[in-house]
Amino acid sequence: MITLAQAAGDQRFFRWDWVWSHLGLILEKVTEHLMLTGIALGVGLAIAFGLALIGLRFPRSYPPITWVTGLLYTIPSLALFALLVPITGFTTMTAEIGLVSYTLLILIRNIVAGVQGVDPAVRESAIGMGYGRRKLLLEIELPLALPVILAGLRIAAVTTIGLVTVTALIGRGGVGFFILRGLNRFFDTEIVLGTALSVLLAVAVDVALVAVERWLTPWTRTRGVV
Amino acid sequence: MGFFAELSRWFLDNWSGDTGWLMRIAQHLEVSAIAVAAAVAVAIPLGAWLGHTGRGGLAVVSVVNIGRAMPSFGILALSLPFTIWLAKTVPFVKSGLGFAPTFVALFALALPPVFTNTWAGVRGVDPEVVEAASGMGMTGVRLLREVELPLALPVIITGVRITAVQVVATATLGAIVGYGGLGRYIIDGFATRDDVQIVAGALLVAVLSVLTELGFSATERWAVSPGIAAHRRAISQISG
Repeated sequence: MITLAQAAGDQRFFRWDWVWSHLGLILEKVTEHLMLTGIALGVGLAIAFGLALIGLRFPRSYPPITWVTGLLYTIPSLALFALLVPITGFTTMTAEIGLVSYTLLILIRNIVAGVQGVDPAVRESAIGMGYGRRKLLLEIELPLALPVILAGLRIAAVTTIGLVTVTALIGRGGVGFFILRGLNRFFDTEIVLGTALSVLLAVAVDVALVAVERWLTPWTRTRGVV
Repeated sequence: MGFFAELSRWFLDNWSGDTGWLMRIAQHLEVSAIAVAAAVAVAIPLGAWLGHTGRGGLAVVSVVNIGRAMPSFGILALSLPFTIWLAKTVPFVKSGLGFAPTFVALFALALPPVFTNTWAGVRGVDPEVVEAASGMGMTGVRLLREVELPLALPVIITGVRITAVQVVATATLGAIVGYGGLGRYIIDGFATRDDVQIVAGALLVAVLSVLTELGFSATERWAVSPGIAAHRRAISQISG
């Protein structure tokens, strides 16, 4: 552990020796960061699918769905975590509820836009071939919507990775732990490290999702709507 | 006393004075407004000129991607050593804590969305309209000011709205680097485990963010010429 006096005495902006001697802790926080992000995206995707399907099946329900998820998206992350603290405390649950809320708007919009963007002629031929509503959705519409859905997932993933750092304030945070501790001790190395790791994780996950997209949808390359 | 009774009590007891919520709202809006204004002053001319000349496409793509990957909490934290250094070296920066790092972080956050929207808005003006204007003898700054900017206005205002909402949201984090603002209640409430103060602060922040969003949406409707607005509605209906 480095003391404040030691840190203040050392004028170097970034201390690699500190990084090398704390690799274990860094790995632990990176893992926590990925776990928090993964759970948020998984749960977010499940809820978003449910709501998007409701929105597609009953078009009148779509505006209220986007209104509510849009409201959740507008509330600042720290305020949302703060509203949950009296109920769920300084826990992973609080962090996840907040993180999931932020993924919903982006994911729902992209799922709906992806499905609506399917060529009507393709849909018509499938119906002509005797596809029912369920089979049409699962075998035609969702696979064709995949590039747009994955584009939304990429945006949600990158956004979530950045937001996870804020959960340091409620005792979680992944690599945000370093940012907060660096701030409290005026130790720049930790601030730089935490921020850099967060950016690196975001880029790495984005690149990984692009690879998944290429692998799942070899026939096309399209962009999302958000 | 129930939680909601305590909460109402808090709002009645804490509205005035230097740490009252009226003052905190003013502080919150002050740093946000200055940061957005500074970003608008820098990013709109730059984005408009690059959009007008058609250059900077690669820069826009990079700015969008990097801007999204940068955690706002990290930017805020990085601003602190920067402003502390500034306070030591530049005579007129009095303190490296509080307002200075909050402003620097918010300004840095606000630049990319204002810049990219201005660029995209100007770039997206129908080339035939630009050609017609050129044919009428308009060049350079005049073309930009009288044709491209008015047509790009809806996209630019949307950019400013998105930015303002994001800035008001992030200003909450300013409390961590010693600024006032509404985040103070949340951060101090966390430290003392004061649920009433935490929730009161969170509600104030949430309402302020939503009001910012609604206020800018109203401005958008008011500022955009009816002809352009109708045209935009038609386009959005076609593209779903």
